[in-house]
Amino acid sequence: MKKRGELKLSDSSKGWLKRLKTGLRRSREKLTDQLFDIFLRTTIPGEKVWDDIEEVLIQADVGIKATLKIVQDLRERVEIERIQDPLQILGLLKEELIRILGDSKEPLLLANKLNVLIIVGVNGVGKTTAIAKIAHRAMKGGLKVLLAAADTFRAAAIEQLEIWGERVRAPVLKHQRGSDPAAVVYDSIHASQARGVNVLLIDTAGRLHTYVNLMEELKKIKRIAAREAPKSNIKTLLVIDATTGQNGIAQAKLFDEALKIDGIILTKLDGTAKGGIVVTIADELRIPINLIGVGERLEDLCEFNANEFVEALLSRDI
Amino acid sequence: MFENLSTRLQTIFAKLRSRGRLSERDVDDALREVRLALLEADVNFKVVKNFVLAVRERAVGSEVFESLTPGQQVVKIVYEELTKLMGLTPSKLVFAPKPPTSFMLVGLQGSGKTSATAKLAYYLKSLGKRPFMITTDIYRPAAVAQLKTLGEELKTPVFFMDLRTPPLEIAKHGIKEAILNGYDVVILDTAGRLHIDETMMEELRKLREEIHPHQILLVVDAMTGQDAVNLALAFKEKIDFDGVILTKLDGDARGGAALSIKTVTNKPIKLVSVGERLNCLELFHPDRMASRILGMGDILTLIEKAEAAVDARKAQVLEEKLRKGQFTLEDFLNQMQQLKKMGPLNQILGMLPGISGLPAPKNLQISDDELTRLQAIIQSMTPEERRNPNIIDGSRRLRVARGSGNTTQEVNRLLRRFHQIKKLMKQFDSFQGIRLGRKIFLS
Repeated sequence: MKKRGELKLSDSSKGWLKRLKTGLRRSREKLTDQLFDIFLRTTIPGEKVWDDIEEVLIQADVGIKATLKIVQDLRERVEIERIQDPLQILGLLKEELIRILGDSKEPLLLANKLNVLIIVGVNGVGKTTAIAKIAHRAMKGGLKVLLAAADTFRAAAIEQLEIWGERVRAPVLKHQRGSDPAAVVYDSIHASQARGVNVLLIDTAGRLHTYVNLMEELKKIKRIAAREAPKSNIKTLLVIDATTGQNGIAQAKLFDEALKIDGIILTKLDGTAKGGIVVTIADELRIPINLIGVGERLEDLCEFNANEFVEALLSRDI
Repeated sequence: MFENLSTRLQTIFAKLRSRGRLSERDVDDALREVRLALLEADVNFKVVKNFVLAVRERAVGSEVFESLTPGQQVVKIVYEELTKLMGLTPSKLVFAPKPPTSFMLVGLQGSGKTSATAKLAYYLKSLGKRPFMITTDIYRPAAVAQLKTLGEELKTPVFFMDLRTPPLEIAKHGIKEAILNGYDVVILDTAGRLHIDETMMEELRKLREEIHPHQILLVVDAMTGQDAVNLALAFKEKIDFDGVILTKLDGDARGGAALSIKTVTNKPIKLVSVGERLNCLELFHPDRMASRILGMGDILTLIEKAEAAVDARKAQVLEEKLRKGQFTLEDFLNQMQQLKKMGPLNQILGMLPGISGLPAPKNLQISDDELTRLQAIIQSMTPEERRNPNIIDGSRRLRVARGSGNTTQEVNRLLRRFHQIKKLMKQFDSFQGIRLGRKIFLS
């Protein structure tokens, strides 16, 4: 439901699961329900069923701790309520995963305000591409966009953002390579205010969360944003690659400790990885997932939908 | 935060070691922990299953129960199986008898191919080779510009063509150019692609068939989860490869993907990237990786690093001073400069046995800028202050701060850090095996 004062990035009338099934040029076979197979093979939920559920969750990168917890809870419930129907168990599992992931969240963008999205993450997760996709959707929705090239570290990162800027026709504010990223942020906020920009997207350098100095640099960026644009809607979004395993939890934890992460963009869901680590992240840190990347085209960015995500998580592909 | 695999196994086996005889149940308890630890380290589900089965089979056999030290016997079996899984000896890069040798780097988007290409060029240069880089990534915005910039830093040529040229054309022209100019190694960077993208995989297959690279190296992110197996198998089946470059190992990822890939494809991990700097590509030592996983510390790597970076004579003097409690701020500065050469301090600490379980003191990390600042602060002190920092009171702090263009908070921070290091040095003494650690650190 569209609330008052909330801006949608664009209408995502088509679910991303549908996109995966129909839109992508990928050689994806039809998604069949892996757990469904399992449950068809059994009549009574015996030990094997629980092992199979465990296997499916772990193979989806949900992580051993969260998996054991989910299976344990489910087992208890099944025993207490004397559930016999395997499909009902499957339904309860989905329900539990959806509950953990949560669907309701604050709107990402607010109307009549400058929206500042600071995009952070480790190296190679797809920050710049995600920014281009967000910019593309925001511009299609008639919003005024500015991109800030605050990755002043990596070779050609600025050029990369500039090329994306040209493709989506959004202006890019940049300094030289090696300059202070906080200065880029400072300038970009003042430029946004002067030009009446709706959405300012800040591209930051990829960094491993274990480098304390580099995390300090991000804190500074956020401080400057808060100081220079106190009345704006500032959101710090962490980009996580769906291929990431259990390290994703460490990433989320340390980025959150340093910056207070408002939401997650889960990228590269068009491969064979399931991105199950976000279940653990949602469970342990209560960080909502906002957007997902499902392909290489500019249109391949969708709003997160827990129901569809869980369907895909429990399904078999290729 | 998760404990790392080394600490995890260390705790389990400490329990086992302290007991006398083991029952079958003890072994199962330990193996359950091993299983959990390996899954947390992102080793593939099926690989873990087989690994645990193999260990169990040996462990519950006569080997363990007849041994006087069953705990150690289990440790030994886990270690041996793990080493077997990782491969026994480092797999070196193979060069063609008739140059130029060509390496082609392939992998998913964001795995770090372009950085690895430049780092490989640096690595080859250090072996006395003359590398030549070619980029065939016509898709990712500014991929060419990225490699060009890195090439300039390395003073190594980068070949590229118009973005409308097919990758195969670019590769052919590039190799011709390399031969013409007498380069002996060609590194071919390719665009990142999904292993299920048939069109893009077909492009690689064509490159392989027409160019015949001597070695195809799959670049894999050390943080990869369960999917590592899928992607490695797909790359093996569709284009085949000779070895793996594991990137981003400088984080806290436990790199279980390395184990998985080696097991399911039987392709060796050849090189690992352990930092953002161009000199951060190293040969992969499977035995060391296994030791590291088992908490024995990556002593060998550390020794190599220390030997390369530390001025032995200076270090000896320092150790002497330390022992006599004369460690001063000047020594501190000196040491910081030497540590800087060895790489991030947390990384070094992680290699020491017994230390890997400790949380690395966060503010021990140091950047180039900070080093300059530290230098300025310390050099603004009088010789007396440098020898005996305890005399630095409020007014002295203010003077030092003004003299070096810093705030008193920064002076305070430096002094705190100095005391921390001093404390850490003392701690080293109390750890088992640290005599060795200190030797490495200081001599």
